[in-house]
Amino acid sequence: MPGPAPDERMRPKGRRNTQGIRVDPEAEVTHEPRQAVLSALVKHRPGVLSEVSALFSRRQFNIESLTVGPTVDEDTARMTILIEEPEPGIDQAKKQLRKLVPVVSVRELEGESVRRELALVKVSGEKPDDVNAVADMYDGQAVDASTDSVTVEITGSKQKIDAAVEAFKQFDVQEIVRTGAAALERGPKTLEKDV
Amino acid sequence: MSERASVPKEDEDAESETEQEPVTTGAQSVIRALENAGTDYVFGVQGGAIMPVYDALYDSDINHVTMAHEQGASHAADAYGIVTGDPGVCFATSGPGATNLVTGIADANMDSDPVIALTGQVPTEFVGNDAFQETDTVGITQPITKESYFAADSDTVGDNVSEAFALADAGRQGPTLVDLPKDVTQGETEVEPGKPETPDTYDVPEEADDANVQEAAEALSEADRPVILSGGGVIKANASSALREFAKEYEIPVITTMPGIGSFPEDHELSLEWAGMHGTGYANMAITNTDCMLAIGTRFDDRLTGGVDSFAPDADIIHVDIDPAEISKNIYADYPLIGDAREVLRQLFDAMPRAPDADEWREQCQEWKSEYPMTYEMPEDEPLKPQYVVETFSDLTPDDTIVCTGVGQHQMWASQFWEYTEPRTWVSSHGLGTMGYGVPAAIGAKLAAPDQEVVCFDGDGSFLMTVQGLSVAVREQLDITYVVLNNEAVGMVRQWQDGFYEGRRMASEYPWIPQFDKLAEAFGARGFTLESYENVEETIQEARDYDGPSVIDAHIDPGENVFPMVPSGGDNGLFALEEDHLDQL
Ligand SMILES: Cc1ncc(C[n+]2csc(CCOP(=O)(O)OP(=O)(O)O)c2C)c(N)n1
Ligand SMILES: [Mg+2]
Repeated sequence: MPGPAPDERMRPKGRRNTQGIRVDPEAEVTHEPRQAVLSALVKHRPGVLSEVSALFSRRQFNIESLTVGPTVDEDTARMTILIEEPEPGIDQAKKQLRKLVPVVSVRELEGESVRRELALVKVSGEKPDDVNAVADMYDGQAVDASTDSVTVEITGSKQKIDAAVEAFKQFDVQEIVRTGAAALERGPKTLEKDV
Repeated sequence: MSERASVPKEDEDAESETEQEPVTTGAQSVIRALENAGTDYVFGVQGGAIMPVYDALYDSDINHVTMAHEQGASHAADAYGIVTGDPGVCFATSGPGATNLVTGIADANMDSDPVIALTGQVPTEFVGNDAFQETDTVGITQPITKESYFAADSDTVGDNVSEAFALADAGRQGPTLVDLPKDVTQGETEVEPGKPETPDTYDVPEEADDANVQEAAEALSEADRPVILSGGGVIKANASSALREFAKEYEIPVITTMPGIGSFPEDHELSLEWAGMHGTGYANMAITNTDCMLAIGTRFDDRLTGGVDSFAPDADIIHVDIDPAEISKNIYADYPLIGDAREVLRQLFDAMPRAPDADEWREQCQEWKSEYPMTYEMPEDEPLKPQYVVETFSDLTPDDTIVCTGVGQHQMWASQFWEYTEPRTWVSSHGLGTMGYGVPAAIGAKLAAPDQEVVCFDGDGSFLMTVQGLSVAVREQLDITYVVLNNEAVGMVRQWQDGFYEGRRMASEYPWIPQFDKLAEAFGARGFTLESYENVEETIQEARDYDGPSVIDAHIDPGENVFPMVPSGGDNGLFALEEDHLDQL
């Protein structure tokens, strides 16, 4: 085919980054990932959880935890999803989530939202008093005890639970289960009504 | 009403006025839901789990086209949806029937084509037991549909179908599926299906925010090098005439995406045809050097953008889309306009303070047109060039002729060398790139537009994937002309091997291929062969004149490659015009 070769053609000056955003041609730009808490109201029906989790995996959103549970309205459930993504990824995740038919609404909870996780930690029963002392430090309580083991319940922020789990390691941790975060916005704002 | 080149007259039978019998089973409610939604045709294949639905179809005025393979059913429904603008409908039984539909559903999903698939399922009490012909159809199709429904109850199955139909059509169109357990369809019910309505969680934006429109219009009118990028969404939204008015009024050059082919007439001065991997040199120059792009109904697919770092790097992007998730997904939108393409084009039309001052730019675009013309060489003593076959056919046919294709080099030549002027006349598989799309798509297209001529350019490889569909075209007496641009190879792969794998032609050349003209005759179609330039026009005319399906086996130059070419992830402005340029990139 006729026409000037590639190196003889008019060229634009600009450049975009991998997210398709125009950037300074000279400067390196990267969007740092940050953590976001997405809260979604969804129709309470079979398959919703798999639909949401499949969306996150096929679009390669980096998801830290996902919890789901009923709400006051028996037809809807609430999902709390922690993701770690650069800004454009968070924006995409919200929009893609909103696009799913069973999803009623989606919101990113602001930084100071109330976030709680629950952990159950089963440790050796050899030093029950010491275990209780550590549990107290983290406002936890023993919920089960036998001659060989003590199970402690702790709720709180992720950081608090991380710290507690670390502290319990001295008692030979046998099993741990953690729920992932449940979160609500502070103040009168809700998912149904923007205040 | 869709912007079809010609719309067939409605059959004025008093059908709609005849009293409808009340439904007595779930299956009847399913069929009633389709009737209420205005379904004319269903494409499908029978089987155990879907039998109650077919039994209910026995009493309906809906036409059923029995396909030779369920993949063909979903592609035919897809093409029907593209040409009419309304959801195409396909049926399959459970298990293998449903899995055979999957390719066509995925194809519809990638190209936002309206399709509704109804699949049989094993009776509810067996679901989960690995029963005979059980597959998790909803699980398999959920990621490739707008929504997949599992019908749980005979009383609500009709509503499921009504909703799925409405959803396939609403907003950004796409496929939906309803999985129908046999006990649910066989079960008794007197509940008539509700009106086709989208679920209450599904919002369909119409007009874009006025203030945003105003800002975008100002940016566009201030541009020195404006272009419009018209995507498939323009056709889907029946916004082609609004686009034409807008572009002509403000004299802005128009580039289309591949799915947007036909949204703007390629013979118009402002048309630069389509951009991307095998787009025209002038479209790729303009898209690279523009300073303001009005992009409408496009998802900035990587075959269009090439590497995003070099995509329209100087341009402010005004992105009009009905799907908010497309905004800033691949290319950042400086001016996002969420809404229906036709509505937003009207808003923009009114909001433009003035036409951009772009005389120089338009001249530049015309210059590129003469610098990079879409030409090819055709030495008489060498094998037939595919471009010549496409061009000759294009010259012989009316503007509203519908072109279908398979996937590969032939698809590119069919899009490059045919002149498209009308929406809904280009029917191809873009996002999924499905070889085998052509044969069944032409069937769906012909039934959707019986008064329009239908041509399918296919590759030898693609044709072999769905050739059984010829039996359907023959049985249904469909006047379709299939042209196999036969290079005895999966040519597109061979081209990449020559360009990027040092010519190591692994599994790309057929040591033996059938005689397609004879194959056609065996099916009961007419078969023709083309070997040289001598009788191209004559053969095309003969095939067109034959009232029924015909196949022209056109033996083309097996060494011919598709140019211009932007290598995958490359810079659109550095398109190669010949093999040698690829080495320079
Ligand atoms: C179902 C499917 N399988 C494989 C491919 C990969 N592929 C893309 S183009 C192509 C060659 C197609 O050959 P043919 O239909 O003869 O067209 P040609 O390129 O020769 O014109 C292949 C194998 C595909 N697109 N679709
Ligand atoms: Mg071929």
